[in-house]
This record gives sequence, C-alpha cells and structure tokens, in this order.
Amino acid sequence: MAVWEVFRQEREGAPFQHGGSLEAPNAAFADAYAREFYGRRAESFALWIVPREAITEVREPYVAPVFDRDYRRVDGYSLKIKLKEARELAGTSKR
Amino acid sequence: MSSPAPPSVDLLLELADDELVLGWRDSEWTGIAPFLEEDVAFSSIAQTEIGHARAFYELAAVELGTTADALAFDRSPEEYRSAQLVELRLVRDWGLTIARHWLYETADAIRIAELAGSSSEDVAGLARKIQSEEAYHRMHAQMWADRLAESDEGRSRIVAALAELWPYALGLLDGSQRDRFAEETARLPFFTPPDAEPVERGGHAPDWSPLWDEMTTVRRSAPGSAW
Repeated sequence: MAVWEVFRQEREGAPFQHGGSLEAPNAAFADAYAREFYGRRAESFALWIVPREAITEVREPYVAPVFDRDYRRVDGYSLKIKLKEARELAGTSKR
Repeated sequence: MSSPAPPSVDLLLELADDELVLGWRDSEWTGIAPFLEEDVAFSSIAQTEIGHARAFYELAAVELGTTADALAFDRSPEEYRSAQLVELRLVRDWGLTIARHWLYETADAIRIAELAGSSSEDVAGLARKIQSEEAYHRMHAQMWADRLAESDEGRSRIVAALAELWPYALGLLDGSQRDRFAEETARLPFFTPPDAEPVERGGHAPDWSPLWDEMTTVRRSAPGSAW
C-alpha cells in the first residue's frame, strides 16, 4: 500500500492546493478514493493525485544568510511608518 | 426508436427494493472493511444506493397514493420485490461482496440505461442522475475485481464467487436483458458465466427475513409516529 497526496483545484484556473493524503494499493484505487474524498460533493473542479514518493522534499531550503541583507526581502521594505506619516498628513489616520 | 412506455409501479418497486436492500447489505461493511479508505468508500456507495431507493420509492408513492417511508418500511417481508442477489448476507467474505458489487452494478447499468429512454420525463431524468453516480460504482467494482484477480488465490476466489452468484444476478434483469448482461462479462477476462437456471424474483433468500426484521424494527416500535 502506498501513500498518495491529493491536491484540489476549487475552481477552473485556481491554484491547486494540498487537500490531504490517502493510502491505496495502486493508481486506480488512489483515483477512486480521491474522487470519493475530494470530489463527491462537487467541491473540486480538478484533482492532482501524486504518489508521495514522486515528491522531492527539501528541508531548510535556505541559502545561508551570512550577511545581513534584510533589505533584499520583500518584508524588508517596511511601509508602516511611511504610511502612518502620510495618513497623518492627509488627516485620515486610523484610530 | 419509439419511446418505451413508462415503467410500471411494479418495476419501480423492484428497482427501489433492490437498491434499499443492497444499500443495507453494503452498509454491513461499515467499520469492518479491509482498510480505512475502503471503509469510507464502500459506506458511501451504500448510502448512495439508499438514496436511489428513496427516489424510486417517491415515484412509486405518487402512483400508489402513499409515502416513500411507508413503502420502504411498512410492507410485510413477502411484499418486497427485491431480487435474491441483494438479500444474501455476505459480510466477512470480501470476494463474494466484490463479485456481487460487480454483477449488480453491471446489470443495473443495463436496466437504468433503458429507463433513461423512458417517455416519462420524471423517470428519464432520475435515471440520468443515477447513471452519473453509478458510473463511479462501476469503476469501483471493476478496479476491485481486477485487483483481486491479480494473485492466484484472489483470482480463484473471485471466479468462484462470480460463478456462485451468477444465477442470482440473472434474476435482477428481464429475460430480454440477460444476453446483453452475459456479453458485459467480457470486461472480466478471467470469468466465463456458467450455464445456470436464473434465481427469479418472487421468492426470497433465507437471509431476507432477519434483515427485514432489523430494517423495520424501529419503525415498528412506534407505529404511525411522525419522526
């Protein structure tokens, strides 16, 4: 018996998101069980059914941040203070 | 092709009774199926069959001026029109259960396809809805039959089970539909249907009476109650 990971697409064009996993002896069983668990109530537009062993997992997938380069991260550009100042200037500050 | 006449009430009751009783028998696997995923899947199939029974009972109830519940639970055991195939208690033998599942779904597809061409829009519409759910049941039955046939022991057991149940399975269908049914067994290349006298509707299997007793016990405990 193998483990299969099931990804669901809720609407056409939407990203596939992990729904859960199931155990099945082969692809035909995985297909049937995935439909049963994730498709029976029309809650999915499409499914991806992937044997877990086909997935490459990388742990701690960072390139070591030896130098302080916070500014390269998206969250490095803090707008919070600038935004507050701009709101005060415009007289629309949040309470 | 001219549209066939709407099905008789008797035929609606045959279909309803078959689906209700099979739904019950399949639900006996809930909690004890071979593994968890299958437990969920088979229980769900059982539930779907009972849903189909309800829909057929509702059509029959309109004709007979009664209710679906009264037809499902207030008749005496002899009044049910179920085929003996669905009455057999097969729990503990997964091979026989899969053999019945495959035979039932294959036969059912033949009679439901005929109903989908009915001149009654209610019947044809219901048949089409049922077809979409039964397609999943057939896929499930086929994958299990194929799986069991992969090993020598499994193949000999599923073949013996199919042969044992074949005369009962013939009883699901009218004489005119049985050749077609035999042709469908080509989808099980390891199985050749035996020459056998069909077990016709009308009689009931010895397993039926205890099941009827169980099925109707709550309903009979408070006759006439509104639930």
